[in-house]
Amino acid sequence: MRNSKLVTLEEAIKRSGLKDGMTISFHHHFRGGDKVVNLVVDKLAQMGFKDLKLAASSLSDVHAPLIDHIKNGVITGISTSGLRGALADAISHGLMKEPVVFRSHGGRGSAIASGELKIDVAFLGASSADELGNACGYSRSENAKSICGSLGYALPDARYAKHVVVITDDLVPYPNMPMSISAADVESVVVVDSVGDSSKIAAGAIRDSKNPRDILLAKQAAKVIINSGYFEDGFSIQTGTGGASLAAVKYIREEMINRGIKASFALGGITAHMVKLHEEGLIGKLIDVQSFDKVAAESIKNDPTHQEVSAVEYASGQHLGSATHALDIVILSALEVDTQFNVNVLVGSDGIIRGAIGGHQDTAADSALSIIVCPLLRGRIPCVVPKVTTLITPGKSVDVVVTEYGIAVNPGRPEIAEKLKAAGLNIVDIKDLAAKASSIIGQPDALPFGDKVVGVVMNRDGSVLDKIYNIVE
Amino acid sequence: MKEAVAGTLESGDIMVTIGPGDGLQVNLQSSVAAQFGRQIKAVITETLEGLGIHDAHVEAVDKGALDCTIRARVTAAAVRATGKDVWKD
Repeated sequence: MRNSKLVTLEEAIKRSGLKDGMTISFHHHFRGGDKVVNLVVDKLAQMGFKDLKLAASSLSDVHAPLIDHIKNGVITGISTSGLRGALADAISHGLMKEPVVFRSHGGRGSAIASGELKIDVAFLGASSADELGNACGYSRSENAKSICGSLGYALPDARYAKHVVVITDDLVPYPNMPMSISAADVESVVVVDSVGDSSKIAAGAIRDSKNPRDILLAKQAAKVIINSGYFEDGFSIQTGTGGASLAAVKYIREEMINRGIKASFALGGITAHMVKLHEEGLIGKLIDVQSFDKVAAESIKNDPTHQEVSAVEYASGQHLGSATHALDIVILSALEVDTQFNVNVLVGSDGIIRGAIGGHQDTAADSALSIIVCPLLRGRIPCVVPKVTTLITPGKSVDVVVTEYGIAVNPGRPEIAEKLKAAGLNIVDIKDLAAKASSIIGQPDALPFGDKVVGVVMNRDGSVLDKIYNIVE
Repeated sequence: MKEAVAGTLESGDIMVTIGPGDGLQVNLQSSVAAQFGRQIKAVITETLEGLGIHDAHVEAVDKGALDCTIRARVTAAAVRATGKDVWKD
């Protein structure tokens, strides 16, 4: 067609004006199935680029090939929500000269919108696009090869990056409508064999638990919600990943039916669980920044009341119109919670990075009621500790901590403690939970941290919350 | 003393192999070595000494077991290795 933006990846890179030292960006909607980051960075390495800064919405196990590109000087800076697998391990051991900058999803959206995080060239994978760049996380054509649903984390990049390259595995006739990314924001369109493996979206952090302890935790979390005072007609809810918080939805559903209560919306990473409640009429609307499984991705394609939102619209702390500000209840998981209610979801108790901030900071801060669900111990690793290894979500935004040994309520929310006590729930002091953990496992030795900063944790307002040091073997 | 094993490689367990040795020698691989390696070795040594075993070679592969589990696995391996049933008495 006239004005076609269709080019090869190499031509797209040349046309973008990318130079050494510039910032490139990616989204992670294919999670463990992503193929775009490795494909593009391999090509950039082949073309001889050096000293590039990689601004991803998140990175996971599948991005281990970046290790070689870091060693070869192709990538010299990373910002992301999380790191997992071999790349996380290598970075924790001091692979990079520059520390990795960790931001929440809302924090990244805000940083891009404000210009604090400047993106020179965005490479955005899409499951369908036309020759002018109208792009989507799903395809309505019969040649559809992939589906990731919402492109929420890619939308700030599409809007604010100086140059946008859409990469798709299904080129469809103009106009690709309705679209997520508008052709008005796109400079080049590249067709590849595959942008991602949709079957791997739900892998990793998101799992459906049959673990009896997770089910116990889920039931307790559901009781907290039901008796919190926020469980009334028109309430809104978000669940994080993690077996227990996903399982809690099942018990909340039962009580919604019993009491004839309906939710106005569910927010966030949308899962099949939430789609089911929505389709049953128990949840009015779904606000979706990231589709956590194929069911959710199909739903956003087919259901007009399942709305895609950008990371800014989802969880920006700077934009009061963001959806987290309207959120009543959020259930989140944690690697560690400390006696000040501070939460760590990023660095393992061995000091190695193994997680992601995600929307944790954002939803905990803005919601009316934030509930952390975690077991007291995972094997010998304590989850309730005197002090978190790394501070991710400040305790002042955490209201309730649910464990199998009791429920702790932040002293700043006495009215919630009263309501839960009146409902007969086992309310305990969080210091007693930490003491219980250490009575079982003993006193852990200090971690062998070195003196090199490998990661910087940003708060969603752009301030520095904590630093992550290297681990010495 | 012959070589004997107790425990599994499941999460939350420890696999303990005990065989003949000169003095108590404990080799430990643990998923929580940095924080708990010292304590785990101490529990293994104390358990064996409590059973009157002062000469043994121990290979332990730990997957985050609690002290009670470690004591149980070490005791079971020691009983199998020595043929002396400590639970009968």
